[in-house]
Amino acid sequence: MDPRRKTPHVPGPSLWPVGFAIGVAVALLGLVVRWQIIALGIVISLVFGILWIRDAAGRRGITETVEVESEYGPGHPGPTIPPPSTREKYPRSVFLELSTLGVGGVIGGLVTLPALGFMIGPAFLKQGVKDHDLGPVENFPQDSFVVATYMSDPAQGEVSRRTAFVRYNGLLGSQPSFTIISNHCVHLGCPVQPNGPVYDKQSKTFGDVTLIPAKPSGFGCPCHGGQYDSEGNRVAGPPVRALDRYSFSIRNGHLFVGAPYSVAKVEGVGSAAKIHKSAYSYPGEQADGVESWLYPIQPPN
Amino acid sequence: MSNQRSKYEHLMYPVDWLEERSGLVGGIKYFLFRKVPGDVNWFQTLGAATLTAFLVQATTGVMLAMYYKPDAKSAYPSIEHITNDLFAGWLVRGMHRWGASVFIILMFMHMGRVFLFGAYKYPRELTWIVGVILVALGLAEGFTGYLLPWDQTAYWATTVGININGTAPFLGPFIAQFLQGGEFINADTLSRFYAIHMLLLPAMIAGLIGLHLYLVIRLGVTSPPWSKEAAGGSNDSEPGADEETHG
Repeated sequence: MDPRRKTPHVPGPSLWPVGFAIGVAVALLGLVVRWQIIALGIVISLVFGILWIRDAAGRRGITETVEVESEYGPGHPGPTIPPPSTREKYPRSVFLELSTLGVGGVIGGLVTLPALGFMIGPAFLKQGVKDHDLGPVENFPQDSFVVATYMSDPAQGEVSRRTAFVRYNGLLGSQPSFTIISNHCVHLGCPVQPNGPVYDKQSKTFGDVTLIPAKPSGFGCPCHGGQYDSEGNRVAGPPVRALDRYSFSIRNGHLFVGAPYSVAKVEGVGSAAKIHKSAYSYPGEQADGVESWLYPIQPPN
Repeated sequence: MSNQRSKYEHLMYPVDWLEERSGLVGGIKYFLFRKVPGDVNWFQTLGAATLTAFLVQATTGVMLAMYYKPDAKSAYPSIEHITNDLFAGWLVRGMHRWGASVFIILMFMHMGRVFLFGAYKYPRELTWIVGVILVALGLAEGFTGYLLPWDQTAYWATTVGININGTAPFLGPFIAQFLQGGEFINADTLSRFYAIHMLLLPAMIAGLIGLHLYLVIRLGVTSPPWSKEAAGGSNDSEPGADEETHG
């Protein structure tokens, strides 16, 4: 098309977009305030959006009167078009055109799909962590935290180093109870630190595991200031849930750290605590309440 | 011009040979000597400056890729090697590192100029849309490149960045997991970011810059808002007005 034409292909001025924008703004405000306001905002933006589309579509119907000119100039009768009944229904040219496109599409797909699968698949398949041996349970004094670091996959090296805060809570009935808190801040994943003394000089090692005694009153994140109590509950700052925890098992007198899970909040302390568990999810995702509906499906882990 | 042409004609033979077979010389002349409004502003050079910044990034990036090793165990040592041992390594790495910020800043200044001059309006909407995609891709270049030194800043900034992606509703966790190539940041994350940073995104940016420039040439440069000349288009109303420039 000629860019210098006099009638641009643009919708004329309209007030509906303003209402639509207000609706979006109200919905965003609702994210901070309460969910009813989100619903109100969505309704406003839907109503104005529909009106806007109707308006724009209606205008187009009026303005799009195309002037048809004969390509042979005025006066010329134009090409002789055979009456519809004698025309080929499926001309050979159309068949060849479509088959070329189809065969090309199949060839392209045969190359592209495996390549795309190779790019995306490994991130989601064969996930999950193996249980890791943290050493004899005697290394964990009762009611006191130990900072345990270990390589979850020694073949990958330092990049697989994990840190967990392990506390032995004594026996719950006849079973030993452990609290194993992940050091991944549930704001955006920085490493939380114990708020309290860490006794580096009393550290013990067991294979690739390092155990350092600590006496934290809670945990704090250096990146954006999230604060947690000693059960991992959020007490201040931007985090949206309690610190993640690891499941554990005890085999042959050794403590094994297992799969992580997310925690909305913890009521109570130690072995008597009631843990509101949820599926392991990425930092910054609410584990309970309306906002958790935003994350209905978690990728495999 | 024509006198010089006859005196040094033999010098032009290779150019003529090329022109006769490809028409490229005429195309380049058309690009360089196309007509623009008489009162264009210095701010309208920001787009060309952004292009230059991208070319600097592309060139220095190729040089750095000759010595950088995208592997969890040797990435940081290779960066140290580039910076401390290799001749002019500190300079080229510094150009790439600081040039990245220059590229981003110039993109936004260019965007601001286009916005304030109203140059995004009809018929240049598509140029603006392509430009916005270029801004997004440029920011993605910055994000993926930031991990490559593989130091503490890089690692934790990328952790935070990936987890910000993870908080997007519904698909966020999947985007985050795709970016890190697994459940956690692992040894493959670095090479993944390297491939995205130096192969995928630059190819997309280069292609879209081509489209962006094509649209700029096709639609012409906008006059500044205070201009008294008619906006847009090449001035076909004055044929041959500046033939000397074309000479």
